[in-house]
Amino acid sequence: MSNESKVKIALVVNGELTEVAFAPHKTLLEVLREDLSLTGTKHGCELGECGTCTVLLDGTPVLSCLALGLACAGHSVRTVEAMAQGGKLHPLQETFADLGAAQCGYCTPAFLLAAEALLASNPKPTRAEIKDALAGNLCRCTGYIKIYEAVELAAERMNGRV
Amino acid sequence: MAEYRVIGKALRKVDAVAKVTGTTRFADDLAFPRMLYCKLLRSTEPHARLVSIDTAAAASLEGVHAILTGRDLPIPFGILPVSQDEHTLCVDKVRFIGDPVAAVAATSEEVATAALDLIKVVYEPLKSIASAEEAVAHPEPRIHDYGDGGNLHKLIDLEFGDADAGIAAGDIVREDLFFFEGSTHLPMEQHAAVAMWSPDGKLTLWTSTQTPHYVHRAVAKVLELAPARIRVIATPNGGGFGGKSDPFNHEIAVAKLAMLTGRPVKITLTREEVFYCHRGRHPTLMWVRTGVKRDGSITGMHFRSLLDGGAYGSYGVASTYYTGALQTVTYHVPRYHFQGARAFTNKAPCGPKRGHGTPQPRFAVEVHLDKIAEQLAIDPAELRLKTLVPPNSLTANYLRVGSMGLGTCIAKVIEGSDWKRKFHKLPEGRGVGLACSSYISGAGLPIYWNNMPHSGVQLKCDRGGGVTVFCGSTEIGQGSDSILAYIVAEVLGVDPFDVAVVTADTDLTPVDLGSYSSRVTLMSGNAALQAAERARQILALHAGRKLDVPVERLTFAGGRVFDSQDRKRGTSFAEAVQWAEAAEGTVGTVGSYTPPQSAGKYRGAGVGPSPAYSYSACVAEVDVDPETGIVRVPTIWIAHDVGRSINSASVIGQVEGSIYMGLGEALMEEMAYRGDLKVVHKIPSLLEYKSPTTLEMCDVITYLVEDPDPNGPFGAKEVGQGPLLPVMPAVANAVYDAVGVRIDEVPITPEKVLKALKRKQKGESPRYGPEQFPDIPWPEPIRVPTPWEGGDGKAVTTAPLSVERPH
Repeated sequence: MSNESKVKIALVVNGELTEVAFAPHKTLLEVLREDLSLTGTKHGCELGECGTCTVLLDGTPVLSCLALGLACAGHSVRTVEAMAQGGKLHPLQETFADLGAAQCGYCTPAFLLAAEALLASNPKPTRAEIKDALAGNLCRCTGYIKIYEAVELAAERMNGRV
Repeated sequence: MAEYRVIGKALRKVDAVAKVTGTTRFADDLAFPRMLYCKLLRSTEPHARLVSIDTAAAASLEGVHAILTGRDLPIPFGILPVSQDEHTLCVDKVRFIGDPVAAVAATSEEVATAALDLIKVVYEPLKSIASAEEAVAHPEPRIHDYGDGGNLHKLIDLEFGDADAGIAAGDIVREDLFFFEGSTHLPMEQHAAVAMWSPDGKLTLWTSTQTPHYVHRAVAKVLELAPARIRVIATPNGGGFGGKSDPFNHEIAVAKLAMLTGRPVKITLTREEVFYCHRGRHPTLMWVRTGVKRDGSITGMHFRSLLDGGAYGSYGVASTYYTGALQTVTYHVPRYHFQGARAFTNKAPCGPKRGHGTPQPRFAVEVHLDKIAEQLAIDPAELRLKTLVPPNSLTANYLRVGSMGLGTCIAKVIEGSDWKRKFHKLPEGRGVGLACSSYISGAGLPIYWNNMPHSGVQLKCDRGGGVTVFCGSTEIGQGSDSILAYIVAEVLGVDPFDVAVVTADTDLTPVDLGSYSSRVTLMSGNAALQAAERARQILALHAGRKLDVPVERLTFAGGRVFDSQDRKRGTSFAEAVQWAEAAEGTVGTVGSYTPPQSAGKYRGAGVGPSPAYSYSACVAEVDVDPETGIVRVPTIWIAHDVGRSINSASVIGQVEGSIYMGLGEALMEEMAYRGDLKVVHKIPSLLEYKSPTTLEMCDVITYLVEDPDPNGPFGAKEVGQGPLLPVMPAVANAVYDAVGVRIDEVPITPEKVLKALKRKQKGESPRYGPEQFPDIPWPEPIRVPTPWEGGDGKAVTTAPLSVERPH
C-alpha cells in the first residue's frame, strides 16, 4: 500500500552507480519506469508472458516485470537508454532503423537488448539461433522477419565484415 | 515510370530513431505532477441488472479522490451514429464479464485497486447469451432494447439481380458452410490515457487511440463540453490493428475524473482488461451457394453471414455489411445476393480487426472456390484467372474498381512458389494452397454523414528551409507520419528528414478521420500532395521571377530550386522560401481529400466503396503431421498490388506483418470462452491466447506489384490489411492438398485436423466444419438491378423498404 515504507538500494544502472528508494513490492520494471524515469523499458503483460520488458541484468536478458527491484541490489542493469553512446546509435539500433525492424516500436527496446545479449555471446548467430534467442519476445507488427535481418546485418557490421 | 527521389525508396521512417532509442512517448510513459491513477471495477456477471452500487467504504479510503458510477455519466456514446449503446460505466445493467461499473481515482494504482475491493455491487443475474445461434434462438431476455428484433442487432438483405436464377444457370451449383472463430488484436501496448483539466475550462486528453477525431466527438458528447474546449492528442500507438479505433469508456472516465479532481488522471489497462476492450474479429458463421459454368465463370452467388457481435454495437453494423461487400471485387459475380445478421451476445464486444469484416467471407469464398475448382477439374489458379474482375469496371453491387493487378499477383506467386510442380504432386503430408483477396484503400463515406474532407493537411515552409506538415492522421506503427514527410519532400525537393511532422492533435492539426480502413496513405497522402503542390506553386512563382526562368522549367530537387535546362541557374530551397515570404508573407498552404462519389445509391451502399482496391495473391506451403494434427507452414509466397509503394521497405514490412497476423488466425488465435455458460474468457492472458512466436513464423517471399491507381498519391493503394486476407484460406487449401481433409473453420487446430483425419479413415466425409446455418427472420430484400441489367445504382421499390430503427 501507499504508506508502505520505502527501502533504499544501490545498483548499477546503465553503468552508473545509482541509489534508489522504493516500496519493497515493486518490480524492477516499476523501479526503472516510475522511480528512475527510464520509460524506454515497456510492458505488455506484467506477467512474464511477452518479453516486452526485457532488460539485461549483469548482461543476461531478464523480464523486468518478474524481477523484484530489491533483488537487483548490487547488480548491474542495462536498458535501451544506454545503447546509443555519445549521440551515436548502437549498430543494432542502426540496422533496426534502416531495415524497418521497428514498426510501432513498443517491443523494440526489448528485442534490441535480447539481440545485444545474443551477439555478445554468439557474434555470428545463424537464423535459427536468432529465432531461438528471440523466441521469448512477442512482436505483433513485423512478423519478426525484419528483426532477424536487422540482427544479421548488425552482426556483420560488428564483426567488421560490412 | 517517373523518376522519383523519395517515393518508392527504402528510407528510414521519420520516427525510426525515436523508436529504436526508446524515446517515443507512449501514453503510459506520460507522468505529471500530482497525477492520480484510475482503476475500473468490472462486472463479474455476464448479464445482470445492476441493483445497487455502494461506494461509501471505498470513498473513505485514504488516498481515494473520486469515484464514479454509471449515473454520473448518463449520456451514451458509440462509434457509429446508429449504435450509441455504450455508457462510460454501466447504468442499469451489465452485459459482459468485464463491463465497467465504477471508476476510482486515487494517489496510486495500489490504493485505487484496494478501493475497488471495497465497492459493493449487487447484481440480479439475467440469462446470458453465449453465441450468435443462441441469440437467434433466444430473443429474450434482450441484451439491448434496440436493433432488428430480439437479440438480433442488425439484419441486412441486399439482392443485385435475380441471384437464384443466376445460380441456376450454372453447370454446377455448390453450397458450403464455414466458420471463422473470433480473434483479438493483441497490440503489445495496453491502452492507456491521461486526462488533464485546467481551471480555464479546458480538457486535454492523451490517449493511445487510432481515431482522435472520434474520441474528441465522444468526449464532447458525454461530458457536454464544447469541442473547442477539448484537446485530444493521440499518442503513438504501440500497435493498433483496429483495437484502438473505438472511443473507449476508460478515456471518458479519466476525463471526468480529471474534471472532478482538478488533477491529472491516468489509466493504463492491464493485459486482462485489453481482452475485455476487445473489438476484435467477429466470430462468423457463413453459408455460400454459387453457380458456376464448366469453364469456371461464376453465374451467381448467394452469401449469408451470422456474426457474433458481443455485448455492444461498436463498428458492428459496418462489420456486418463488410462480410458481404467485397465478394464482388476480385472475381466477376454477375448476380449477387447477400444476407447478413449480427447478434448481441454476453461477451466482450467485437468490432474492426485488420481486414474489418472481410477476412471471414474471404476465407469462405476462397475455400469454396478451391472446392469448385476440384469439382470442375480446373487448376485453382486457372479458375481464378478466368473470372477476374476487369479493371475500371463496376461490380454488381456498384463498387467502382480502378487499377486491378490481381492477375499479375497470381502469376507472381504461381511462378515463385513453383506451384505447377507442387500442387497435387507433393508427398502425403505436404501441400500447397492458393487464395486471393482484395481490400479497400479507405472507405468512400465517413462514419457520420457529412460533406467535409476525410483528411486535411496544413503545410508551413520555414525561411530556414524546413517544412512542417500538420495532419490529424495517427501513427500506429504503420508509418503514416513518414508518408506525409516523403510525399511533401518529393514535391518540394527537400530531404524528408528536413520535414517536421505534427500529427494527431485536435488543437494543432486539421481533421483526419483516423487510422482505420487502410485509408491513411491514400487520403492523408492526397491531402499532403495537394498542400505541397500549392506551396510549390507559390515558391515557383517567386523563384521564377527572381531567377528569370519560366515557372514550368523549374525543378525542385536536392534542396534546390533550379532551371531544368540550366542546373546552375537556381537557388537553395531556403532562399526560395525567403523570396516568397518577402513577396507575399508567411508561406503556408492547405490540402484536403474527399473520396469520389459512390456509384451505389441503395441503402447499405455506403459500405464497400473505396477510392481504390488493393489486390493480393498468396500461396502457402504446409506440412501436416498425421499423428499429431499439427500444421506447420514453412513458407508463404505473397504478391500484393499496392499501386505504388511510397516506401518499399515499409510496404514489405506491412506485408510481412499481415502474413504473420494471418498465420496466427489460420493456426492458433481464438478469442475462446469457457465455463458452463461459455461466457467467461478462457484466461485473458498472452500465454493462453496463442499467437505466433519466432518459432512458428514462416518464411515470407514478397512480390510487390505496382500498377499505379489514378486515385492514389503517386498511384499508391493500401497495404496494411489486404495481404492478411488470403493467408487463412491459402493455409486451409494447402492442408487439403497435403492430407485430403477440409477444415472449413479457423483456426485450423491440431484437434480439428485429427478429427477430420479420423473421419477420412472411417470413410466418412473428410471434413471439419459447421453443419448448419440457423433460420434467420430475414427482411424483405432491397433489390438493386445490376449495371448490366439497366440498373442505375438505386433500389427498385417493389416491396416496402425496412426502415432502420435508430436508437
